[in-house]
Amino acid sequence: MHDMSTHAAQHHEPTTFIRKHVFSLDHKVIGKQYYALALVAVFSGMVLSWIMRLHLGWTNLAIPGLHFLSANGAPGDVMTPEYYLQLMTMHGTIMVFFVLTTAPFAAFGNFFLPIQVGAEDMPFPHFNMMSFWVTFVAFLVLVSSFFVGDGPSLGGWTQYAPLSAVGAVGGPGEGLGTALWAISIAIFCVGQLLGSLNFITTTLDLRVKGMSMMRLPLSAWAWFITSCMGLTAFAVLMPACILLILDHVAGTSFFVPSGLVINDQLQPHSGGSTLLWQHLFWFFGHPEVYIAIVPAMGIVSHVLITNMRRPLLSHRVLIYCMGAIAVLSYMVYGHHMFVSGMNPFSSLAFSFPTLIITIPATIIVLIWTGSLYGSKLRINTASLFALGFVSMFVSGGVSGFFLAQPSLDIMLHATYFVVGHFHMVMAVAAIFGIFAGTYFWFPKMTGRMMNETWGKIHFWFSFVGAYCIFMPFHYLGIAANIRRYQAFVADYLQPLIPVHKFITVAALLTGAAQFIFIYNLIHSRFWGKPAPDNPWEATSLEWSTPTTPPPHNNFGDHLPVVYHDPYQYGVKSSVGDYVMQASPEQVATVNEEK
Amino acid sequence: MAKFFAATIIVIAIASAIPILRHTWEPPEDISTHGALIDRQMEETMAEAGIAFLASQFILAIFIWKFSGRDKDAKITSFPGGATGLVTAAFLLVGTEVLALGIFGVKAWADVYFTPPSANAMPVQIQAGQFAFYFRYPGPDGTFGPLHPNLINEANENFFGLDTTNDADSKDDIVTAEMAIPVNREIHLLMHSKDVGHSFFVPELRVQQDFVPGLDLSLHFTATKVGKYEIVCTQLCGLGHYNMKAYLYVYSQEDFDNWLKKEAAMQ
Repeated sequence: MHDMSTHAAQHHEPTTFIRKHVFSLDHKVIGKQYYALALVAVFSGMVLSWIMRLHLGWTNLAIPGLHFLSANGAPGDVMTPEYYLQLMTMHGTIMVFFVLTTAPFAAFGNFFLPIQVGAEDMPFPHFNMMSFWVTFVAFLVLVSSFFVGDGPSLGGWTQYAPLSAVGAVGGPGEGLGTALWAISIAIFCVGQLLGSLNFITTTLDLRVKGMSMMRLPLSAWAWFITSCMGLTAFAVLMPACILLILDHVAGTSFFVPSGLVINDQLQPHSGGSTLLWQHLFWFFGHPEVYIAIVPAMGIVSHVLITNMRRPLLSHRVLIYCMGAIAVLSYMVYGHHMFVSGMNPFSSLAFSFPTLIITIPATIIVLIWTGSLYGSKLRINTASLFALGFVSMFVSGGVSGFFLAQPSLDIMLHATYFVVGHFHMVMAVAAIFGIFAGTYFWFPKMTGRMMNETWGKIHFWFSFVGAYCIFMPFHYLGIAANIRRYQAFVADYLQPLIPVHKFITVAALLTGAAQFIFIYNLIHSRFWGKPAPDNPWEATSLEWSTPTTPPPHNNFGDHLPVVYHDPYQYGVKSSVGDYVMQASPEQVATVNEEK
Repeated sequence: MAKFFAATIIVIAIASAIPILRHTWEPPEDISTHGALIDRQMEETMAEAGIAFLASQFILAIFIWKFSGRDKDAKITSFPGGATGLVTAAFLLVGTEVLALGIFGVKAWADVYFTPPSANAMPVQIQAGQFAFYFRYPGPDGTFGPLHPNLINEANENFFGLDTTNDADSKDDIVTAEMAIPVNREIHLLMHSKDVGHSFFVPELRVQQDFVPGLDLSLHFTATKVGKYEIVCTQLCGLGHYNMKAYLYVYSQEDFDNWLKKEAAMQ
């Protein structure tokens, strides 16, 4: 048996189709599988958002074919109020769990973390394979709720108790639909825990000779920090979901207090706590926001540095700030609960760390922007999306100043201001990070280049479109437009409906532009220009593989040895203005950190 | 391409700020005694966040404009002050902003949550349930009768589960589907949910508070302007959530007394 502390589990290159492409142990195949799953999920989630947006703009609009999705939910193709909430719940759940968690972290992390640390694979390949297939099963379980009973849960992705815990009496989808939701997410947690274990061990134990922690690229650091968050956050969500499942199937009352009357029926529950669910959920839920965004920060840093042709002003500060964000993320979660009825003193206790977390976030933005100064910025689709990420992260981030304050939350809680905030700072920003990563790493993953012209067209529609959709959300929130309404019947909300129509049109156009990306992805995969080994003149180990895409064991016969810090750009070497980490060439380097 | 991108960022930043500067969309007018503090806090935060937003986007755009497509031989230079300068700036600027917002924000929050209602505040009970609010006034005896969840029956209009036969305190309680309060009189709102989570939000009153099943919560506020307003639910409570609302009437004391008499007669 080999020594796990120094080697990746070695496995021979599989020969059968099933072991090569389906039940593969290869981290690269698993990374691509995660990417494919996220792609299916993000388009499903996007189509759901289209249907919701159409309904919000024109409430009684018949959406052709909608009754095929649910005969009861859309009789005559017109959506019922409950079906809106069911689609909303599925949109949120699919996007947060199966897109924002899987793509930047599990997909790219699986493919590139072992290569960036110089390993042949992850230490526990069977766990790795299991983590993907468990996640896939979780997705199937979630989607199956569309087709059973009275449809998916309508409780929102946050599934506040006791609505989520009382069963079918709570409304359509609250019985089987919510039980399936909880089962799906509990299974999903298992996948993420397995993945996080692999990521942490890979980073700590499998670095090649010369690869000190400080020589890890920022993307590897981001995945490492995220996996530490994942290990602790999903470990809390999983038992919470199990307790919720028990409330459904075993007659327990973890989240349901006594004396509730629904449909004139006194509920047979007692002793549970509704706030307990909120504490457990947000103890996971806020770190989850950073589980989505920190990998994107790492990817964006990696892409930006390569295209700025210079290292960041400080490599260490960025790592410390991502670490600080991860630690603080557990201390801020109560800002989701300012008006929840928890002790108002607690609100202040959660408010200060929330305001303080803006400091590391600001430093990161300043380091990115400050590093642009004096750089030799190359504009390509990857760097456009990375810069778009910075713009989007700032725009979504500043609205955090408002929501961090309990006194302002009185006016903004549960309004579209919150929806605008988290879509910009977490969803769109993270998706821009995914796009930056895709355009940047596609050549290494497939051996072919993506089409830059289509890529740039895709970028322009996405960048301008995202602002047209999500900036007006903030205005609606300022005007006290409440979220999670399928129609705006309150008198004061009527004048805001034209804004919703504008947003709907913008969402349809921006969404349609994403098909350009799909076309580019598929076309380039098969017919794209063959990619050289290092098309971006980058330095980290993924560009030092003997072939493109990398061979089964990543580095062929010899593992690389690392001689340099990750981002030695702006130097004079035999190959140009950079020196690769694995190159023994001695050059006058910048910011050499040991 | 880079210059066009930089220009786009600037156009988007300015276009985003215009509706804020022109006050195109605003919260409904404040009619509470504590709301001015919240509104001022909102304005200050908007000014600080707005400056941070515009400055960041502009600097990003300027640097993209200036430092893209440079000569192959151009020299890489570093931002004056380097990382140390930027980290110090972030700590000083954002730290000060955070402290200022945090400390001043406490006052607005404390006004709503840390001060108890005054002794002569008028108690009103509100019950949230799928998908309606009901209100209860204690009647001439000034005391609310006890609640019996097992007696709740919508068909018989016993929304609160009152036992008016056996509970003396319940006999004169007045249950309504609309809320009315006298102007300039502090209200002590006693909140409970009969089924799932709901929320009480009156934008004009600058109050929002969740109903938590199993917890009795309370709020206090004073309305300063006569008028008709809307109470809306902001916590997802089921299929009829969007339609869960009630009207709040702020009357002069005389009109309120008349309204209460009329409602009492209808019990």
